[in-house]
Amino acid sequence: MSTPVLEVRNLKRDYVSGGGLFRPAKVVHAVKGVNFKLEKGKTLAVVGESGCGKSTLARMITLIDQQTSGEILIDGEKVDKSQGVTKAMRQKVQIVFQNPYGSLNPRQKIGDVLAEPLLLNTDMSAAERREKAMQMLVKVGLGPEHYNRYPHMFSGGQRQRIAIARALMLNPSFLVLDEPVSALDLSVQAQILNLLKDLQDEFQLTYVFISHDLSVVRYIADEVMVMYFGDVVEHGTRDAVFSHPQHEYTRTLFAATPNSSVESIRARLAKKAAAAA
Amino acid sequence: MALLEIRNLTVSFDTSVGLFKAVDGIDVSVDAREVLAIVGESGSGKSVAMLAVMGLLPKTATVTADKMEFEGKNLLTMSAQEKRRIIGKEIAMIFQEPVASLNPCFTIGFQIEEVLNRHMGLRGKAARDRAVELLRLVGIRDGAERLGAFPHQMSGGQCQRVMIAIALACSPKLLIADEPTTALDVTIQKQILDLLVRLQAETGMGLIMITHDMGVVAETADRVIVQYKGHKMEEADVLTLFENPKSNYTRALLSALPENAVGDRLPTVSDFNFADEIAR
Repeated sequence: MSTPVLEVRNLKRDYVSGGGLFRPAKVVHAVKGVNFKLEKGKTLAVVGESGCGKSTLARMITLIDQQTSGEILIDGEKVDKSQGVTKAMRQKVQIVFQNPYGSLNPRQKIGDVLAEPLLLNTDMSAAERREKAMQMLVKVGLGPEHYNRYPHMFSGGQRQRIAIARALMLNPSFLVLDEPVSALDLSVQAQILNLLKDLQDEFQLTYVFISHDLSVVRYIADEVMVMYFGDVVEHGTRDAVFSHPQHEYTRTLFAATPNSSVESIRARLAKKAAAAA
Repeated sequence: MALLEIRNLTVSFDTSVGLFKAVDGIDVSVDAREVLAIVGESGSGKSVAMLAVMGLLPKTATVTADKMEFEGKNLLTMSAQEKRRIIGKEIAMIFQEPVASLNPCFTIGFQIEEVLNRHMGLRGKAARDRAVELLRLVGIRDGAERLGAFPHQMSGGQCQRVMIAIALACSPKLLIADEPTTALDVTIQKQILDLLVRLQAETGMGLIMITHDMGVVAETADRVIVQYKGHKMEEADVLTLFENPKSNYTRALLSALPENAVGDRLPTVSDFNFADEIAR
C-alpha cells in the first residue's frame, strides 16, 4: 500500500482560557483525539456544526496552530511544529478559507496575491513567478487580464477562484478547504465545486473538505468524518455514512438538511392544510 | 384584498456610469397567512425590492411603482411620519447577518425594549416583561437573565432569535425575512426555519422569505417568485415550481442543487439558455 498523503494519529488540541492567581484556568478540549489516513487523489469531508472543532482540526493540519498532543504525518514524514516548519513542509499544505471577502488583501493586486507564495517559498525569478501566476489564473477559469486587478473588482465566486489559485501555486500535496462554498450563492457554488473536481482530476489533488452542508459533502466527498463537540462520532466511506448513518448526531444532521424533493413539499403542504383546518 | 400589493416596481440607482436598474417592473402581492418566497442569485434585486417597501434604500435610489399598497394604504404618497408608524410595527424585517444587524453597544434587552417603547408605549417593567415573553416565544428560555447580555456574548443562532423577537415585538402583519439563515449552520437553520413557520402559522401574519437556497424554499414557501437581474422569471405555487418549472432559469437553479447532481459535474446556470425570457 502506498504511503497516505496525510495521516493523523490521536490528534488533540486544548484551549486554556481565563485563570489567574486564585482562579483555576478553564480548559476547552476543542479536538479530542482524531485519527485518520487520507490517500492521494481522495477527498475527506469533515462535517459538523460550528464549535465542533472542525476548523481547529484544519488549522492543525495546515500547520497554523500547534497540536496539544498527537502526530501529523505528511507524505509519511512526521511534522512537529514546535521544531519549526521547513519551507519544503509549508509547500505541501495549503488552505482555502470560507470567506473570500476576508481572505484576500484588498491592497494587493491579484498577480501579487498569486506570486507571493512563490516569492516566500521558492527561488524562482520574477519572470518565472509571473508566468506561473498567469497559467494558474487560466486554470481556475479566470484570464491573464485579471493579473493587475484588485480583489474588490471581483465577485464572491471569482474571489474564491483566486483563493484556490493561490493555494495551488506551490503544488501542494493536499489542500484544506474550510467551508469554501458556504458564503456563495447556489449557482456559483456549483461552479466552484465543478472547478474543484476538475482540478482534482487534473493534478491528482487530495482534499480535506470542511463543511456543514451535507448535500455538498455527498456530491464531493469520498470519505466522510462527522465531528461533534471535538469527537469523531462517525467515519466511513460516503456511501456507508449516507446510507447507514450510525450515530444519533449524524441522523440529526440529515434531518436538518432541507429536502427539496416534490414528495417532501407535498407532505409539508398537507400537514399545513391539516393544521389550518 | 392583499396585505401587500406592488405593481410594476422599478428601482434604479444613480451611479457614476449612469442609471442602473436593480429591479425592473416587478409585481408582488402577499396575503395574510401566506408564505411567499422570493428566490434569486445575488444581484437579482430580491433584497432591493423589499428594502424599497421598507424605505431603507439610500438616497441614490429612485423607486417608482404603479401601485405600492399595504392594507390599501398607499406607501408611495404617505408622509414619512405615517410611514414610521407602519414600518417596524405592521411590517417588520429581519436581515441576513444577525450579529451585524444588532447594535454591539447595547444589551439585547435594551434593543427589544426600544421597539416596544417606540411603537407600543410600553415602559419599565411592562416592557421588560413583554421582552422576556418575546424571548420565550423565539425559544430563549432564560430570557430574564439574557436581557442583560450583549450581542457578542451570544451565538449567531441566538442573535437571529433576538432579531426575530425584535421583529415580532409589535405583532406585525407582515414579516420580511431577508436570507434569515444564510449565515447559520444547517441544524440551526432548521431551528430558525421551523420557528418562523410556526410563528407565521400561529399569528397568521404574512411572511416573505428572501433566499437563494431552493432547499429553504422547499421547506417553507406556499408561493414562489423567481427573480433574475431585476426581472421576474416565474411565479408559481411551490409544488408546481418544483414539479414543473416553466422558466429555464428556474430549472437551472434547481439543477444547481448538489443533491440533484446527475453524473460527475453539476450543471451551472450558464448551461441553460434563458436570455430570451428576460425580454418578455
